[in-house]
Amino acid sequence: MSTPSPNPASNPAAAAQAGATKSAFSFKDFVIKFGLLIILAVMIIVFWRLEPAFANARNMFSILQAVSVTALLALGVTVTLAIAGFDLSIGSTAAMSLMASSYVMVILNQGTFLAVVVCLLLGAFIGFLNGVLIVKGRIPDLLATLGMMFLLLGLQLIPTGGRSIAKGMTLSDGSAATGTFTDAFLALGRYRLFDLIPLPVIIMLVAAIILWVFMERSRYGRVLYAIGGNEKATRLAGAPVERYKIVAYMISGLFASIGGILLAARVGRGDVTSGLLNGLTMLNAPYYAQDFVKGLVLVFALLFTFGFASSQRR
Amino acid sequence: MTEPGREVIRIRGLNKRFGSTHAVIDVDLDIRRGEVLALMGANGAGKSTLIKILCGVHPADSGTMEIDGEPVAFRSPLEACAAGIHTVHQIINDGVVQQLTVAENLALDEICRPEGPVLLSRSVITARAREIQAILGLDLPLGKAMSELGQAERQLVAIARALSHDPKVLILDEPTSSLSEAEAARLFTLIEDLRARGVAIIYISHRMSDIRRLADRAVVMRDGRTRAEFTRPLDFDGIVHAMVGHRLREGAHSAVAGGRTVVEIRDFALTPTSAPFDLDLREGEVVVLTGLIGAGKTEFADCLFGTATPHAGSVTIDGKPLRASSPQEAIAGGVFMAHEDRGNSSLVAEFSVLHNMTLPFLRQFSKLSLVVPDQERRAAVGQVSDLAIKCPSIDVPIGSLSGGNQQKVVLGRWLIQPCRLLILDEPFQGVDIGARQDIGRRLRETAAGRATLVICADLEEATEIADRIVVMRDFSVVGGHSVDGLSLDALVAEISGAGTHATFA
Repeated sequence: MSTPSPNPASNPAAAAQAGATKSAFSFKDFVIKFGLLIILAVMIIVFWRLEPAFANARNMFSILQAVSVTALLALGVTVTLAIAGFDLSIGSTAAMSLMASSYVMVILNQGTFLAVVVCLLLGAFIGFLNGVLIVKGRIPDLLATLGMMFLLLGLQLIPTGGRSIAKGMTLSDGSAATGTFTDAFLALGRYRLFDLIPLPVIIMLVAAIILWVFMERSRYGRVLYAIGGNEKATRLAGAPVERYKIVAYMISGLFASIGGILLAARVGRGDVTSGLLNGLTMLNAPYYAQDFVKGLVLVFALLFTFGFASSQRR
Repeated sequence: MTEPGREVIRIRGLNKRFGSTHAVIDVDLDIRRGEVLALMGANGAGKSTLIKILCGVHPADSGTMEIDGEPVAFRSPLEACAAGIHTVHQIINDGVVQQLTVAENLALDEICRPEGPVLLSRSVITARAREIQAILGLDLPLGKAMSELGQAERQLVAIARALSHDPKVLILDEPTSSLSEAEAARLFTLIEDLRARGVAIIYISHRMSDIRRLADRAVVMRDGRTRAEFTRPLDFDGIVHAMVGHRLREGAHSAVAGGRTVVEIRDFALTPTSAPFDLDLREGEVVVLTGLIGAGKTEFADCLFGTATPHAGSVTIDGKPLRASSPQEAIAGGVFMAHEDRGNSSLVAEFSVLHNMTLPFLRQFSKLSLVVPDQERRAAVGQVSDLAIKCPSIDVPIGSLSGGNQQKVVLGRWLIQPCRLLILDEPFQGVDIGARQDIGRRLRETAAGRATLVICADLEEATEIADRIVVMRDFSVVGGHSVDGLSLDALVAEISGAGTHATFA
């Protein structure tokens, strides 16, 4: 019998070579990492050349204000992406939070603080439910949060019987609503620092910085990424994986509810049609085509997630 | 019909590489009509790869394969089936459709045939199913749903389906692994019947009793090569010898007796039917747990690490009962474990060497929950130098390291903090000799303050690191030996089951 053949992987030259190819500049990696930023820069320059007023500070901040709600939702969902999950219910969580804040102030006649706290708790609770459905109920993430999305879109209509909430609206008992949006609450969406920087932009930036520190610098973020990379290995390394996953969905729900609060503060009414944040309306998509587009987006989202997941499984 | 004893398959110089792993090396193999060939070997010996080449899942890199004298090269499992090679895989439920009836399962190939009729009547399916079970003389409940059947009956359906094609070669991969004794006996009768009809059978199993009953010939693989061939009467100790190691390393170190007892295992029964055993693990001592695959080594370790529950028994660490129902609790209780199959069970592929190493102990390197990079890096760099890990920097992705260096990272992770019991499950799998020696050296250097339990089926590897070798068989500990004055024959006899049954404390 012969001795076992030496493993070729023991060759230090081979290992060094593997290291070298990794450190080499990769055009593909560069495009993936910075592509969007480059496109953004090009767009800014083009618009600025075509219309110099575009680059004026006020306009820039208006654009930032317009995207700050969407940005908050996107920030939250990155946490669920880090654990290789997904949260489809963020849009309806934001809508729920918008309705809840309006309800607390206009119909229950309560103050700003309570309205904000109720929204944040509600957002975190929705995330908790999502997490429990996925972790304990073993429902695939997309289906659980899809179910939650429809559930919330329906639920937010029930307290007002499907009507939008506005100052002085008629209640079900025939009397008029006595409450109103407080000035402090409206300021959350409308106040501009130095008469220039909108408060939502500042809130969005602060939230982004906090989340960045949490995900990139704290040990919790490291474990969340590890769960997304190899859940089994992370569990065997001693992490309470189930708890982390539930918390990830809670963060997502919390950020979505902050987005909802800012939206309510800007709109100044509890609008039941603000469901998916009217991004489609802004795109001038006709109302009768919106459900079709939503469905299309959903099908593609599912295709990407499941198609991608199965190709990763080898 | 060709005469019995004639070669059906003739394989010459077969090679297969996966990246840096040479899985099958220069394999020559003949398979004859009317014989049961037992293909044996430890995990990673190359059996599965060889079988996958045979049944068309992987193409070979080089070498030739002839069926009845005709050279063949399969590009898909379908081509292998067409050439008469049929496989019944280890996981039975992969081979049958639970929701369909037994008749539909038997006639599944007929149903799935693309050029077959679009509408199938129940009577056609039942007739075809009857035909198929008549070949085997079976009497299965054709109308029942597959999910209502027991494991053995499911296995029989899978085999019957394979046999409906009148195969030349039938490959059975661990067919008895989920069968009871009575069910297995039924399967053996069937296999003997097939052999009498001239079918060549390749039988993969780790159960010595199966091999004893069935095999006409046994081929042992180790490290990708066929190492030894045995014909009847089979020399079982010789087979185990060839599988787990052909020589012992002498004089590498002398046994350390170990200090006070850290882990006390009492009346430990892994399953309701396995014999209870006691085991003590002492401070400073490296204990290797050896035995064939399926002997219950990993299952035992899983019980200690909180990922499985034993049927009965108690474990104490430093006199205190170990209560671990999850890895988190086991680690808190001072039990660390590096699992077999590091790629799936230990490492996060996207993470760097640094982040993989510190994953369980981030709390130690954090202030106010924020990771302090300096402390974390210092710990990792320390392990890299102690274990002689070859990597350009601790920030390179773990995947860029060789298997041996990845395994060193896994060990380094669990050496960052002191523990009471360190368990390593097959730490030398896919690890080259140089890295193996580094790992063994470091393991022995650090052994002083803890008990160490290493699961290792290969005796050559075991003797390199062990102070004491403990043998498991049939889910129970059957013997223990100091590495000083170790008798290979006695050890092999215990592993294969020729020795006496004794409880060892």
